[in-house]
Amino acid sequence: MSLLTVDELTITFGGRGRKESRAVDGVSFEVDQGQVVGLVGESGCGKSVTSLALMGLLPSKGVTIGGRAEFDGTDLFTMNASARRDLRGSEMAMIFQDPLSSLNPVVPIGVQVIEILERHRGLKGEAARKEAAHLLDRVGIPDPTRRLKEYPHQLSGGMRQRALIAMAVACAPRMLIADEPTTALDVTIQAQILELLKELVDQEGTALLMITHDLGVVAGLCDQVNVLYAGKTVESAGRRELFGHPTHPYAHGLLGSIPRLDAPRGEPLTPIRGSINDRIAWADGCAFAPRCDRYEMGCLTGTPQLTEPRAAGHQVRCVNPVLDDAKAEEVTA
Amino acid sequence: MSLLELDGVKVHFPIKKGIFVDRTVGHVYAVDGVSLKVEAGETYGLVGESGCGKTTLGRSVLRLVDITEGSVVLDGTDLAKLPGEEMRRFRRRLQMVFQDPLGSLNPRQNIESILSEGMVAHGIGKDQEERREKIKSILEKVGLPSNALARYPHEFSGGQRQRIGIARALVLEPDVIICDEPVSALDVSVQAQVINLLDELQEELGLTYVVIAHDLAVVRHISDTIGVMYLGSLVEEAQSDALYAEPKHPYTKALMSAVPVPDPEVEDKRERILLTGDLPSPANPPAGCRFHTRCPWAQAERCATERPELRDVGGGHRVACHFADEIAAGTLKRTAGEVVSATREGVDDNPTSDDSATPAVPQQAASPERETTPEQAVAESEAQAEDKPEVAEAAAEGPEPAAEPAEKSDSDGKAEKTEKADGAEADGAEKSDDAEPAPKADDAKPAESAEKAG
Repeated sequence: MSLLTVDELTITFGGRGRKESRAVDGVSFEVDQGQVVGLVGESGCGKSVTSLALMGLLPSKGVTIGGRAEFDGTDLFTMNASARRDLRGSEMAMIFQDPLSSLNPVVPIGVQVIEILERHRGLKGEAARKEAAHLLDRVGIPDPTRRLKEYPHQLSGGMRQRALIAMAVACAPRMLIADEPTTALDVTIQAQILELLKELVDQEGTALLMITHDLGVVAGLCDQVNVLYAGKTVESAGRRELFGHPTHPYAHGLLGSIPRLDAPRGEPLTPIRGSINDRIAWADGCAFAPRCDRYEMGCLTGTPQLTEPRAAGHQVRCVNPVLDDAKAEEVTA
Repeated sequence: MSLLELDGVKVHFPIKKGIFVDRTVGHVYAVDGVSLKVEAGETYGLVGESGCGKTTLGRSVLRLVDITEGSVVLDGTDLAKLPGEEMRRFRRRLQMVFQDPLGSLNPRQNIESILSEGMVAHGIGKDQEERREKIKSILEKVGLPSNALARYPHEFSGGQRQRIGIARALVLEPDVIICDEPVSALDVSVQAQVINLLDELQEELGLTYVVIAHDLAVVRHISDTIGVMYLGSLVEEAQSDALYAEPKHPYTKALMSAVPVPDPEVEDKRERILLTGDLPSPANPPAGCRFHTRCPWAQAERCATERPELRDVGGGHRVACHFADEIAAGTLKRTAGEVVSATREGVDDNPTSDDSATPAVPQQAASPERETTPEQAVAESEAQAEDKPEVAEAAAEGPEPAAEPAEKSDSDGKAEKTEKADGAEADGAEKSDDAEPAPKADDAKPAESAEKAG
């Protein structure tokens, strides 16, 4: 039994006469203790909305959430609000993308960290301050006692992200959701933050749901990777399997369109044509079909289902998947 | 002779204080002595982290910011000394493609108006008819439908907007195009389209590019020569392949090792050099080698006092490090920093049975020991607390970065203000690299535009 089980999650925005738009359309995945699961996709694929729904951060009006999400056996979506508040921050915590806008600019870092300790762990006064300093120290912020008194703008980008991580791990949560935790950071700082996340997972056995658009980050960090497109999982596999044999034309195309540091120069990239706007509704067929090179008539006959055309545990939502290895090798070579 | 030559370019922004009188209390040394040469028809890539001055350097070439010292010579003319009107006319030969395609296009102008504005200013084309013909041919080159003329920027997707930005530069038939983070605001699949477009245009029109980007993989892909910047100066410059094969400067080494490669096989074998601390403030750069506060190989005396010059170490590979040869030979020991594996410890699968590796295997293997009782968890976290001081110490070894962010953000704010006050399109925010623009629905013939894009 997994720590977090998400089953057929659908999220629909709209109502009040406005046209409904389905951001997430039946996404299922599981995250186990000590496991890192990646949700990968381009902007608009529904990856961030998924994380907000799991944390209960979507507004109650104008959003319809369907499907089930169970955390340690309890259904997150039917839970009452106060139980949800107890859970959020202590058992499940989130690291946001932009540390400057997720920290309160007019409150010192220390107060923001202590707030969590008071709310969830009942610490007060000196004890809470000590624990806060210890947390900052643990995420690698030098001189933590001084930093506690500083405001977010006085910290550098990398240090703000560390402070945010310190707040997320304050109550030793069993589940961490990281929404693009390194996107706003420089690569050398990104390396530091990723290292910190790795330590957390290895030493504490924290489950980590990693949401990112960067396939490079995923390759080094995640056990299981889910590639999303237009609100649906199009491919799901272990990281070696996925990167070694990308089978959905979208995942295949994504890997072909990334300039790689270790690739020989001069070879043109093989981009995916069009943009995310060129899509059709999943109900009519494969949303990726208008951009797909392997498009055939079968792509337009209803929603393609997840199958395992290549290996057990390697799920692909495609009627005409990339199965010939020669082509796949060309991309990975 | 090279087409574009920069010699000792410095751009310093004054830091002003006071309400009634502007006292200058210091300078932000955004660009501090950069010399480089760009040959005709080649692509020069400038790479570095935010705050290293790469954007300011690019803007200074077009004189969008004032050059404090040094010369920028394009085809024999020193731009730094040209008076305003002549400089304006000269800008036809130097064009820029900006980072944020939506922010750099006027939302109230249609595409024809945006593209013809520059042509009118520079007196290209007799009448609007002639200009329109020219614009149409350029639009076709950059892969936009010809019905784009009457449409407005919001009607296009992010990739298409960047194509408009490129078309705007191209209509003036410039010699050099400066691309400031041309793809960083775009999605991965669209990035590749734009990169390929830049490549094709260069081949077809013989353009010269200066590409400024923070993404080393992108820069390596499109550039012939790469210059790596750190805190306002070049630390290394080499041919793209030579730089990748053998980075000589410690900063370049760390930067390259930090770039993730989307391939688990490669990632498993790679090691990462973790730098300690953050970028020091450009308002108060460290003495001696700018990088010595974070350098894993920093030596006690020389690095802290003597600023290394960019020197040729053979084959046009220039590096600004006193000990580049020793580090390459492996005779110098690392004094700080950490080298870690690029992948997570105990991450999944056994490489031997690659195909059959199911994700269930690792978690089963891992879960028994992970089911810790509360006591164990406490013991574990205590053990960790004991481990930690080392790391904290390592981070504290660079005393300056630890003490400075306050000043840094302060002065950065000022720098930005001056930059913005300077006019021109405000794309000052170097850091918002991955701001995802929400593309509007592109209702008119998306399929057609997709075809052309492909």
